[in-house]
Amino acid sequence: MADLGTATRALPLAGFHGGSSTVRLEAAPPAERISLRVRAEDVAALSGALGVDLPVKPKTSASANRRTALWLGPDEWLVIDESGTGVGNGLMQAAQNSGALHSAADVSHRNTAILVSGTGAAKAINAGCPQDLSLKEFPVGACSRTIFGKVEIVLLRTAEDAFRVEVWRSFSDYAFGLLSEGARDAAVKV
Amino acid sequence: MLLIHCPYCEEDRSELEFRWAGEAHIARPENIAAITDEEFAEYFFLRNNEKGLTYERWRHIHGCGRFFNAARDTVSDRFLMTYKAGLPKQPIPTAEETAAIAEEKTVETWEATEGDAR
Ligand SMILES: [Zn+2]
Repeated sequence: MADLGTATRALPLAGFHGGSSTVRLEAAPPAERISLRVRAEDVAALSGALGVDLPVKPKTSASANRRTALWLGPDEWLVIDESGTGVGNGLMQAAQNSGALHSAADVSHRNTAILVSGTGAAKAINAGCPQDLSLKEFPVGACSRTIFGKVEIVLLRTAEDAFRVEVWRSFSDYAFGLLSEGARDAAVKV
Repeated sequence: MLLIHCPYCEEDRSELEFRWAGEAHIARPENIAAITDEEFAEYFFLRNNEKGLTYERWRHIHGCGRFFNAARDTVSDRFLMTYKAGLPKQPIPTAEETAAIAEEKTVETWEATEGDAR
């Protein structure tokens, strides 16, 4: 039998790393993701099936069982699963198991993520993002779909000095480049 | 930077996250097949293009994604109020209320915000 080639999936930002003396930039490991739309009356059923409570307050997220649900709009969430269980999408299956009316699209490979950390992390992101990233207005766990330079991102604050930047894979080169510029600026002493 | 209040996100956000979406409160005719060409043109193509107070649809496209309505002054670019889509046309804020809004929203000038940039 002929040898069959085995394709290995490469992350769009595989091998990228960067930053400055105050900011660290790295490509996040692969994750499962779904874009989820649910009516208010079915939120509880989907929360139960996914094992994480879909937050209903604007700009908030919830995490449980290595899954994070991010509020994007009044009936829209981005759910990320970082358990790294490999092929397939357990989130799609879990949503289906809810038995409740919803719309879920597997966007695991549409998005990729950049982890931004360090004392200058907020400054680096503010190089292209107009949101107030002070801890008062954007506390740990806060999340928002917003704009970063020319591209749309979903921003999640994972710690006081750490963010996850979710970006469409074809825009990820640009996002990483602008973050690198921002990281350099964030390290400039004035 | 112009800030716009999104009634769904319940906070002021940068204009960069929004898109204008045309005049608001244009009712689709009940029986569109029965109206004349002139009436259709009036409904479909013709807009008032008011100078001054105008009611518009806006979309928080790079945010919650929602359409909403806004009352805006096209001369000063000031947003007088925003409210959720589906609500009837809201009363225009009184002169005192408008003045109060103007009072609390200071206009950012280059001198005030960037003047000390090195
Ligand atoms: Zn919004």
